[in-house]
Amino acid sequence: MAERYVMSIDQGTNSTRCILFDHRGRLVSVAQKEHRQHFPRPGWVEHDAVEIWQNLRHIVPEALSDAGVDKGQVTAIGLANQRETTVLWDRRTGAPLGRAIVWQDTRTAPLVDELGQRPGEAFFLERCALPPSTYFSALRIRWLFDHVKGVEQRARDGEVLFGTMESWLIWNITGGADSGLHVTDATNASRTMLMNMRTLTWDDELLAFFGVPRAMLPEIRSSAETYGEARSLLPGVAITAALGDQQAALFGQTCFSPGEAKCTYGTGSFLLLNTGSELVRSRHGLLTTVAYQIGDRQPAYALEGSIAITGALVQWFRDRLGLINSAPEIETLARTVEDNGGCYIVPAFSGLFAPRWRSDARGVIVGLTSYITKGHLARAVLEATGWQTREVVDAMNADSSVSLQQLKVDGGMTADNLLMQFVADVLDVPVVRPMVAETVSLGAAYAAGLAAGYWPDLEVLRRNWHRAAQWLPAMDPELRESEYDNWQRAVERSLGWVRRP
Amino acid sequence: MAGPVQSIERAAAILRLLAGGPRRLGLGEVAASLGLAKGTAHGILRTLQHVDFVEQDAATGKYQLGAALLHLGTSYLDVNELRSRSLNWADALAARSGEAVRLGTPLEGSVLVVHHVFRPDDTFQTLDVGALLPLHASSLGKVLLAYGTASVEPVDRELEAYTRHTLADPERLARALAEVRELGWAAEVQEMSMGEAGIAAPIRGHGGLVVGAIGLSGPVERICDGQGRPRPNLITLLREAARAISRDLGAARW
Repeated sequence: MAERYVMSIDQGTNSTRCILFDHRGRLVSVAQKEHRQHFPRPGWVEHDAVEIWQNLRHIVPEALSDAGVDKGQVTAIGLANQRETTVLWDRRTGAPLGRAIVWQDTRTAPLVDELGQRPGEAFFLERCALPPSTYFSALRIRWLFDHVKGVEQRARDGEVLFGTMESWLIWNITGGADSGLHVTDATNASRTMLMNMRTLTWDDELLAFFGVPRAMLPEIRSSAETYGEARSLLPGVAITAALGDQQAALFGQTCFSPGEAKCTYGTGSFLLLNTGSELVRSRHGLLTTVAYQIGDRQPAYALEGSIAITGALVQWFRDRLGLINSAPEIETLARTVEDNGGCYIVPAFSGLFAPRWRSDARGVIVGLTSYITKGHLARAVLEATGWQTREVVDAMNADSSVSLQQLKVDGGMTADNLLMQFVADVLDVPVVRPMVAETVSLGAAYAAGLAAGYWPDLEVLRRNWHRAAQWLPAMDPELRESEYDNWQRAVERSLGWVRRP
Repeated sequence: MAGPVQSIERAAAILRLLAGGPRRLGLGEVAASLGLAKGTAHGILRTLQHVDFVEQDAATGKYQLGAALLHLGTSYLDVNELRSRSLNWADALAARSGEAVRLGTPLEGSVLVVHHVFRPDDTFQTLDVGALLPLHASSLGKVLLAYGTASVEPVDRELEAYTRHTLADPERLARALAEVRELGWAAEVQEMSMGEAGIAAPIRGHGGLVVGAIGLSGPVERICDGQGRPRPNLITLLREAARAISRDLGAARW
């Protein structure tokens, strides 16, 4: 009998990827295509949802043919997606009403300020467990209603559908205007500000508050169950999973037990801690989110800490300062010196995210003396990522009943040994990297394969996880404390730089 | 014997011209100075830019010598970049072979381990990135020696014997290296420590230059068959990974 595979579709911020995984969770083939980033105004970021759908139609056959796999050998399809990116489209024609508004887009900032004043954060925290932020989709729907003529009325008349990227793609794969399925999953719905975090259903009060008609919203399903069959791309193959990308990475890292956490190190970094069935409300600046829900089982929740600038600081060092030619060379440069020479960089390029949430902060470099070389600056660049991780982990330990025992890592920056050792040193827990770096795609595949019976249970998935590398803490505790103190003093100097208008 | 290759002569002339003065030169100046058609000069400049021998100023479009020329004698590929570019392939090799994977580059008469992926059995293992291995008694080192990326000096020196299988005699080592070049991969069977074995293959960059080696290693009974020869399926996986990384690094045909 021919080998069977699970197909994972990762609709990310920069590209869409299609990956086939085999029974042991090993990557069999990859196809990907980037899409255009549109920046129509400062702070605005948009994607063309049709381009993304076309890209998917291009890469799915490519992933199959690269591995010589027949359509019939695909057991199930799972999706992971950039979260919160909002697309509205015409139910009848399938044409989007304008470009999708991307999660990084900050056009709803004035609305965030307004909501913080009235009705105030508590109103939202009680229902969707999220404070108002430019991230979340509900604010974008409101913005579109207020700024694009006729959209609100058309939505009320039932002509318009809303979705994040997984909804848009599933609708298209399952037939589009010809009775396509309009669904989302609990992890994606948990990022809209419209879902009640306890019942995992659309919250009437929130819908009324934002003026969002229920008819435009997708049905909320679990993260792993048979949603329906594909009618295009892979006709007849079941679509059995959808998760937001960071939740997919948590799942791909097999963080199935409370207290298990992963951090994905990319341009920015996202640390998620599984808190199990316990819905932990953060008192320390973290977001509460749905980690995953498998079929009709209880959902698992997570605490999330997002760091805006990690890899982006290395890119800045490369592209803006020109001190290195490629990102990995930051390690080479950092290794030309023994330590940071007393220099610290706080990369608050657009304020500080978790756990401080200070939009009035801006980046600082402190401790400059004539002794400092570019090597010291390179150290400070890497250490900034380490200390920012430490701050998020401290907040998680303060919020959660279980403290972090080890950190599972993935993403491009895990190739940097100096950084990974530093993260282990400042967290004082082991840092481990799994053998499959593509944890987002793997998580979607795992959830899909689980729902399709390709894998029997979570335990089997756990056994697929293998350690590729491990960094053990080796820093002198006194040094750790004094360096952390220096970092915190550096952060203080970044705060309040932007004057309130 | 074939005569001189005209385009290489012209490339050399362009480099001499750019090296001659402190000023950056525009395409027109380069073409006029050497009596070349603009299209010809442009093609050569673009090729030189591709191999980093020439840089073009983004604002003015003018040309100057590239930084790579200054470091011609040293390794042109940063080891951390090599690791970064190899990460996914090295992981896949470890997952498929079930063995530990290492990447090596030359450093002062030894092999520097620049990347290490654990054997995927979740036993306790420690990262040995930064460790040094002997050139003549490791499969990674033999690859670096065979392709001229590293050398043992002086050439006729008797080498340290770690076990009775170590190729300590320069002549035997030279014969083994010739075989490596013929096969395209190297093996080390109980030559560094008894009970252990490894195989390695070259990683090539632009123009086919060998910039490092990738290898897997483990207990001899897992790496080798009953006759003490490396298992063909492991060699296939290894060479596929080496070729994939080489392609990523810009090697054309390997």
